[in-house]
Amino acid sequence: MATDLTLNGIRVVDTFAEAFDVAGTAIVVTNDTPKWAMIAATTMTGFATSVIGCGAEAGIDAVLPPEETPDGRPGVRILLFGFEPNGLKDQLIKRVGQCILTCPGTACFAGVAGPNKIKLGGAIRYFGDGFAIAKRIPDAKGQERRYWRIPVMDGEFLCEDSVRAVDGAVGGGNLLFLGRTHAETLKVAEVAVEAAAAVSGAILPFPGGIVRSGSKVGGRTKGMMASTNDAYCPTLKGRAGSALPPDCGVVLEIVIDALTSQGVSDSMRAGLHAATEIGERHGLIAVTAGNYGGNLGRHHYHLRDLLAPAGGQEG
Amino acid sequence: MSTLTLREAPPERLDLLPITPLSLSGLSQGEAERLEIGTSRRGVRLGDIFTVSLDGSDTLTIEGGHERLDQVGAALSEGTLRVNGDVGQRLGAGMAGGRITVSGYAGPYAGSGATGGLITVEGDAGDHAGGALYGAKAGLDGATLIVRGRAGDHCGDRMRRGTILVGRAGAHAGARMIAGTLAALEVGDLPGFGMRRGTLVVGRHGALSPTFVETGSHDLVYLRLLARHLQGLSEAHAALLARPLRRYSGDLATLAKGEIWVAA
Repeated sequence: MATDLTLNGIRVVDTFAEAFDVAGTAIVVTNDTPKWAMIAATTMTGFATSVIGCGAEAGIDAVLPPEETPDGRPGVRILLFGFEPNGLKDQLIKRVGQCILTCPGTACFAGVAGPNKIKLGGAIRYFGDGFAIAKRIPDAKGQERRYWRIPVMDGEFLCEDSVRAVDGAVGGGNLLFLGRTHAETLKVAEVAVEAAAAVSGAILPFPGGIVRSGSKVGGRTKGMMASTNDAYCPTLKGRAGSALPPDCGVVLEIVIDALTSQGVSDSMRAGLHAATEIGERHGLIAVTAGNYGGNLGRHHYHLRDLLAPAGGQEG
Repeated sequence: MSTLTLREAPPERLDLLPITPLSLSGLSQGEAERLEIGTSRRGVRLGDIFTVSLDGSDTLTIEGGHERLDQVGAALSEGTLRVNGDVGQRLGAGMAGGRITVSGYAGPYAGSGATGGLITVEGDAGDHAGGALYGAKAGLDGATLIVRGRAGDHCGDRMRRGTILVGRAGAHAGARMIAGTLAALEVGDLPGFGMRRGTLVVGRHGALSPTFVETGSHDLVYLRLLARHLQGLSEAHAALLARPLRRYSGDLATLAKGEIWVAA
């Protein structure tokens, strides 16, 4: 482990998280009740932890009150990320088609402005078998938006014709929490997730925002794209290449995707500060971050730069 | 604010197509007064009929209207044009943007082919308001037309896009509609006759074509979006959507993707 940095009495390794350019978009799903808006959102963002295995990374960005949604109903803002625009489009159409279209009472709207158009309702409308109706209606800002009204068995599924993908989305911001016991380290990670997820435009796609199976590129078995991050596995301590101190019994990681690089940085900073604030009480030994030597991802988030509180000067 | 003040009743129909705030903004007083607006061999010029006062702004007021003032604001793409009085036919026909307000009566074909902007007629409008001209493919084509009073027959005939709000409309409102939205507190006989797509929202209506079929009452998200849109234009029309609504689907003699919502 490298130079000592400390935050709230917890050692912070002087390293960086390495993240990648990804294609990202946001949608807003609404329903008559918050419960059913959330059911639609959780269904759509299921099996979306890693773009490698799931085709997309997705999560719930925010729960929206009726006054903040296009149709005045309770809503949820969902972020979806893919390797590249075509893959993102494919995943978006599949997930909206299978999880939002099918959910009783749900409507779907674009959730972000951006330069790249993804045809959504314009693709799903073919489910309407020629009975779907397109309507243009100005939004609250007077900007005309086009919707498809697709007849379904509970009335209509209303879906915006197209949504936007943003330039500058980043995936793979991360923090690793080195702790003593599983329960205590999980508590630290949970607090970090809560703080990191509160940043608008950022999601943590893994279960509860936490991943225990951090990976490295490649593996000893031929053909493996990724394999376990053996340097951070506590049962492999003491071997050559282990990065864990003797008193470390568990490592949990949080992974962050955001619509902007600043969003990743803000989210990592929030998570780092929240975790270290309670770290001493919960046996947190150190916080570090995962990278691939800096050669794969163009975005490097140095933990040293995140030590200052939000709004403070970065190093 | 630039002003054109009508001095006398026009001796012939006048074509005000070239008169917009933008077109006048780069002209001197003399150049503006020499603009030809006549429709006969008489060669009537702007200064012959109006007292011209220009200040280069994007707002133009015509003081004292007349039913012989045709194509008022028809070339408008930006800025504001207000007429204190009546206008003739084709008010804002083909306009692309900006705002027109007429305090009095507007002749036939108001807003025909208009692709953008807002036209408000405080009084009544003639037949074919927002309707297609003879041989034209479409009537209103993306603009918003509000007639506070009564519109004649064939309001919104063959309209393709945009919104029409009318106090009362005559027979055949929204007939042959291609798409768009027309809301009226009351319409005459055969609303939506031959409509392919589009939405009519009416408070009361005359005889309905038998080629429309009732589909019942539906609580649709689309109606919420439409209500929000109408709220910004006319509270009376938005209030229609707050009442219980019956939906009729049609015209089954054509594409049948249109609908008439009738407030109870």
